[in-house]
Amino acid sequence: MFARVAFAACSRSAQCCTYVRSCSRTVFTLGPSRGAVLRSLSSDVFENLALEDWLHNNLDLSEEGHALLLWQNAPVVVMGRHQNPWKECNVGLLREKGIRLARRRSGGGTVYHDLGNLNITFFTSRKRYDRARNLQLVCSALKAVSPRLDVCATDRFDLLLNGDFKVSGTAAKLGRTSAYHHCTLLSNTDRRALSAVLKSPYQGISSNATRSVPSPVMNLTDQDPALSCELLITAIAQQYAHQYCLEPSIALLDPTDENTLPGIRSTTQEMLSWEWVFGKTPKFDVSVSLKVADAIVTLCMNVKNGIIDTCSLELPATWPYWEAGAELQSLLTGSRFCAGDAKLLSSSLLRSCPQTDGVQDRWRDLCEQVASLM
Amino acid sequence: MAALRGSFRLLSRLVCAHHYSTYSRGRLSRCVYLLNRPQLKICPHRYFRTTTVAAGQIVQFKLSDIGEGITEVTVREWYVKEGDTVSQFDSICEVQSDKASVTITSRYDGVIKKLYYSVDDTAFVGKPLVDIETDAVKDGILEEDVVETPAVSHEEHTHQEIKGQKTLATPAVRRLAMENNIKLSEVVGSGRDGRILKEDILNYLSKQTGAILPPTPEIVPPPPRPTPAAPQPHDKAPLKPTPVSVKPVFTGKDRTEPLKGFQKAMVKTMTAALKIPHFGYCDEVDLTRLVQLRQELKSLSESRGVKLSYMPFFIKAASLGLLHFPILNASVDESCQNITYKASHNIGLAMDTQQGLIVPNVKNVQLLSVFDIAAELNRLQALGASGQLGTNDLTGGTFTVSNIGSIGGTYAKAVILPPEVAIGALGKIQVLPRFNERGDVVKAHLMNVSWSADHRIIDGATMSRFSNLWKSYLENPAAMLMDLK
Repeated sequence: MFARVAFAACSRSAQCCTYVRSCSRTVFTLGPSRGAVLRSLSSDVFENLALEDWLHNNLDLSEEGHALLLWQNAPVVVMGRHQNPWKECNVGLLREKGIRLARRRSGGGTVYHDLGNLNITFFTSRKRYDRARNLQLVCSALKAVSPRLDVCATDRFDLLLNGDFKVSGTAAKLGRTSAYHHCTLLSNTDRRALSAVLKSPYQGISSNATRSVPSPVMNLTDQDPALSCELLITAIAQQYAHQYCLEPSIALLDPTDENTLPGIRSTTQEMLSWEWVFGKTPKFDVSVSLKVADAIVTLCMNVKNGIIDTCSLELPATWPYWEAGAELQSLLTGSRFCAGDAKLLSSSLLRSCPQTDGVQDRWRDLCEQVASLM
Repeated sequence: MAALRGSFRLLSRLVCAHHYSTYSRGRLSRCVYLLNRPQLKICPHRYFRTTTVAAGQIVQFKLSDIGEGITEVTVREWYVKEGDTVSQFDSICEVQSDKASVTITSRYDGVIKKLYYSVDDTAFVGKPLVDIETDAVKDGILEEDVVETPAVSHEEHTHQEIKGQKTLATPAVRRLAMENNIKLSEVVGSGRDGRILKEDILNYLSKQTGAILPPTPEIVPPPPRPTPAAPQPHDKAPLKPTPVSVKPVFTGKDRTEPLKGFQKAMVKTMTAALKIPHFGYCDEVDLTRLVQLRQELKSLSESRGVKLSYMPFFIKAASLGLLHFPILNASVDESCQNITYKASHNIGLAMDTQQGLIVPNVKNVQLLSVFDIAAELNRLQALGASGQLGTNDLTGGTFTVSNIGSIGGTYAKAVILPPEVAIGALGKIQVLPRFNERGDVVKAHLMNVSWSADHRIIDGATMSRFSNLWKSYLENPAAMLMDLK
């Protein structure tokens, strides 16, 4: 077996990666072997996504440079770059349960991560971008530690166990000169949580955002209990080092270290901002008929960059305090498509509602239903 | 080749035109017309720029090969629009193909003239993506796009000779410096080999003016790699002494935008509040005993998992006071014909959040103990901070207390939140010297309270008596114990 060494030790031995002092700032670069196996010390999805982004933008991949990053996240739902969170998952339930929601820079569908899932990122130059080769490496690594494992790659770049169950999904990001391909690997994920959060209850949304393709999944440990995340990390790192003739060691990276990774803090802030997670949703329409008491209220909204661009609310003529309909419409227009915001706005409207029986309750019911669409 | 031939043709015409102008004035206007004809912008070679007023070349930037045999992609986001100025390596758009998100970057400096696709359209590899009007054409660029551009030939365009010193910067950075009247020699480069990056210019600007500058674009392309040839020496020529005073460059601009959600809500609430004739009443409260009591109870509360501030005491005391002065917990209708005395004491607490002022309320304070109120405040504060307050928490308030003193201030003139009729604003607790009964100077913890009430139904005497009762509970917490229900 090979030893996992700390980052500082690795730099001292100057084998797979080195510090280069440039303009009084430390910059992380690949050493003479032109390759490295890296592992993130963090389980915070935003820090890890920022780390991946930093490596994509800053790794010097000249002269056939390449790298492998291994990382895990605490429970989180991660959607693809061009997806609509309201179509992909139960945003309200996530908030309630304290499960975070993140948007990655690469394409593809929505996945649930927890510490029973391993994320693997292959960094290469644009020319050497080859998803099939990377997945072949993962399969070889798995078979090396579990020879009877029936795992293979599909033409959609998924990995299937026993021919039927998905254990890995893929996504990629291509830049001007560099690219990365990352994939998940289900070792021992909480499958019940996975199916609960990836079910969207939101009605009336029509959009052109990328849709996820649901597949039956399985954990590798269901087939071979030895295949824990730690074992997978060791196996894949070893396979990578072997295939690319690298020293068998893993460099540990701290995604909060601004000195080694300058600029990473601001990227982390960007990844967790509302503007990125929700604001990058491709434009979509919401069109619903809400049943309040015995009346039907129709609501149509057009949402761009997560902001309600236009909103039209049709109240029946017999609706009490009818004039507040225009008020609610005006409040929603230009606001974020966000349940919390909608509740705050409607509370100010309810303040001015006549106190006589039934009127407040009707309006409150309507406002709650509107907020539940978000 | 056609371009070169064309330029020779133009050259020969110019030579003729120049020749004519020396002969007769009459012909001169015709020659000038020839020079200025827009059709003559065949191929602006460098030395023509000074003689013609022809516009730059419009180059069709085609979607380059994505790889893996992909022929079409979906356009997902444009980072530029028609009329925008772009620099080489700036991101133009994001496209998606089969689980891969691809950032397309510009190959030229110039102005975007046309976008060939809208968002969600299918774009084709090899077909035009955008038209860019360039002002200078680098050799060889007129050919098909190639994905991999060696940055080698770029090197000669990245130097700028300033005062005998070579400064490394891309054309985009040089343009930015030029637009802001910044001398590159005065900017410290933080890139490789002392290269000046866009961030360095922006930092330099913000230091000069303290102005808030637009954020850098989200995808930062890596700076072009320097050639392995001789590294440029910075310290070769001796530095000229820097000037003593630097003229600040002010880049601030007025910004107008329509009022959005929360501001609109605030406008509506405050406009309604304006209809209420307010009167104010202020007083000073000696909290010395309460400060001590809270200190004693803090650890007990924390052992139960609840943070105890002064607010639960203020709120409970207010509720006890409202039992004696129910008119302060009432509401009048729009026409001010009927007054409703509310049974529940739903006391609102003004909270400052990212979105602005929100007022959640604690329901039925008349039934709650100080500890219950503290627990409820903890819950509301946590929800408020994460933007998860429910409609029920935000509506139904009957009386409000605002602890503006937690931020600062002594006296305030709070605005009543309809449909309520009274509000209290609490200043900060200050330690000041006061005289006690014996005439000695003692240390006292003092807080000012500013009440506002609806003068249509509440008179000064009522407000004053309520305030005195409230004050007495806080100055002597043992009295609260006597009246607790």
